[in-house]
Amino acid sequence: MPPLILAVGEVADGTLTRLSTEVATLARSLAEAAGGSAVGLVVDAAPDAAAAELAMYLPRVVAVASPDTAGEVWAPRAVAEVRRLVDEGVSHVVLGATADGRDAAGALVGLTGWGLLANADGAGWDGEGPVTVSSVLGGKAIVRSTLTAPAGIVTVRPGAVAAEPAAGAGAVESRQPAAEPATPAVPVLDRVSEAGAEASLEEARIVVVGGRGVGSPDGFGIVEDLAGLLGGVVGATRASVDAGWIAYARQIGQTGKVVKPALYLGLGVSGAMQHRVGMQSAGTIVAVNRDPDAPIAEVADLFVVGDLFEVGPALAAELRARRGA
Amino acid sequence: MRILVLTKPVPDPAAGAERLGPDFRLDRAASPTVVNGNDEYALEAALQLVEAQGGEVAILSMAPANAVETMRKALAMGALRGVLVTDPALEGADLPTTIRVLAAAAAAESFDLLLAGLDTSDGQGGAVAAGVAARLGLPLLSNAASIEPDVATGRVRVRRISAKGYDVIEAPMPAVVSCTQALGAPRYPSLKGIMAARSREIATRSLADLGDGLAPGGGAWATRVVGAEKPPARAAGRVVKAPPADAARELADFLADRRLI
Ligand SMILES: Cc1cc2nc3c(=O)[nH]c(=O)nc-3n(C[C@H](O)[C@H](O)[C@H](O)COP(=O)(O)OP(=O)(O)OC[C@H]3O[C@@H](n4cnc5c(N)ncnc54)[C@H](O)[C@@H]3O)c2cc1C
Ligand SMILES: Nc1ncnc2c1ncn2[C@@H]1O[C@H](COP(=O)(O)O)[C@@H](O)[C@H]1O
Repeated sequence: MPPLILAVGEVADGTLTRLSTEVATLARSLAEAAGGSAVGLVVDAAPDAAAAELAMYLPRVVAVASPDTAGEVWAPRAVAEVRRLVDEGVSHVVLGATADGRDAAGALVGLTGWGLLANADGAGWDGEGPVTVSSVLGGKAIVRSTLTAPAGIVTVRPGAVAAEPAAGAGAVESRQPAAEPATPAVPVLDRVSEAGAEASLEEARIVVVGGRGVGSPDGFGIVEDLAGLLGGVVGATRASVDAGWIAYARQIGQTGKVVKPALYLGLGVSGAMQHRVGMQSAGTIVAVNRDPDAPIAEVADLFVVGDLFEVGPALAAELRARRGA
Repeated sequence: MRILVLTKPVPDPAAGAERLGPDFRLDRAASPTVVNGNDEYALEAALQLVEAQGGEVAILSMAPANAVETMRKALAMGALRGVLVTDPALEGADLPTTIRVLAAAAAAESFDLLLAGLDTSDGQGGAVAAGVAARLGLPLLSNAASIEPDVATGRVRVRRISAKGYDVIEAPMPAVVSCTQALGAPRYPSLKGIMAARSREIATRSLADLGDGLAPGGGAWATRVVGAEKPPARAAGRVVKAPPADAARELADFLADRRLI
């Protein structure tokens, strides 16, 4: 049986997430290499716009309008739909390595016994199945992993592939949701937005990070200013989160988010290994630090030795001047 | 309130000695072992809940036999007893097997809350809590920044970290919660705790004790690592030492060259 590879899309604020377009591109390229086919899935209270977008990347997309997902955690309903598609022949399930994607992947492993290739930074097909590349041991090693059965699950980190639409748009097929969630439903009583957290860190093309060097909640002002000017999102180190200057949701690193933006700009960040595992595959890394020996220099493409309270505002002024020009 | 905490012994990230063996699997002998960082947050949250509401905290690990040493560190923080599932047939166990075994071992205990870490520093990918919950047919409350069980209603409320802030979610107990650093820093074991931990029970269970068919015969795992490399070094970067205005101009030129502004 040729493989049938499922790309599971995620929706944020009514639109398909950027990571989902990468998941779809990866699923399609795996299917092409394997001589199989690819299909997409969107499970949301209002899936149509996202499903249409996902169909730019895949020959076929299943859109499930699931009103329950509006007031519940997503995975139990999404996993029920994935299992229906597995019953219809899906052999491999590709998801984003997000909070929801991991919850769904874990539940699928528990329910199916399939293997999981977690946190792929890239993937190819080796004749029998997917081979993923992922970073382990806090970034000390990169391992290549395979499945030993003709079925399994892959979770994909942001930036594993560049999203690329297919030659033509695929067909969207609307479906009624399964009657029951795959695992017990979990109601959401309230969704709370925290200040400064409007945009998703993992989706951001530019991330501006404030470390302990910013010194205070007010110190984040310059970080926010630069993020605004660059069209980026604010991130943090554990030191600045632990100090209570910014929400944990902003933390990048081993116990925070793993990001792969086109540009990482770090202000007052030392570049500890536990932070680096969350950002070292950024396209371009720029750091401002007054310590010329700070370890972040080892990964920075441009390292400015200086005080962030001087260089930061000077950069903001420079960006404003260029924008005005 | 009975709380069971899944604690995984992992190579100490602070020791910096983690390495892969010739089979590309983690060389567990190469590094000192500690309780996985996120599991310590789970344990701390469990201890605080029991201190406030009464009850018992126990820990559950699936690991090599010498993991009792590491488990004692968790007992020294205040957990009352431990269960260690250990069996030669589990060496190098894959995720589906880990989930099946932990679910079977948890099912043999009685608990209101089953806490796990969000993920592990030795890289399984943060899927165990969801898998165990699914196997047990229990609700999963993941990415917890706070945990509030209500014994009167039998429900637990969790702040689940979201991309924008957090969601307030709720489910009936027993339930599974995956725990994050946002729950608050773990305590250091007191001398009294360390002494007390010496006499606390760590029960060991083999696969045969838990039931049939939990692990495939001959270690036929669902995934295999087929190669490992050192990460590519990044090319040496440019260092700028200049007065702020000059440095800022150079930085902006650099970003413009790379089409980032
Ligand atoms: C199990 C574990 C997990 C961890 N997980 C994470 C994680 O997910 N994410 C994470 O970030 N960390 C994590 N850490 C912590 C990590 O080890 C570091 O402690 C942390 O990253 C340091 O943050 P920092 O760079 O902001 O602070 P510091 O290391 O204190 O560095 C501050 C830097 O700012 C510079 N500076 C100070 N003032 C100025 C100024 N005015 N102008 C310019 N530069 C200035 C200093 O020279 C210094 O280099 C973890 C640690 C452990 C043990
Ligand atoms: N072998 C194990 N023994 C006990 N708990 C485990 C084990 N593996 C994973 N866990 C638990 O599951 C969480 C997530 O692990 P993982 O999915 O492997 O990243 C950990 O933080 C632990 O709480």
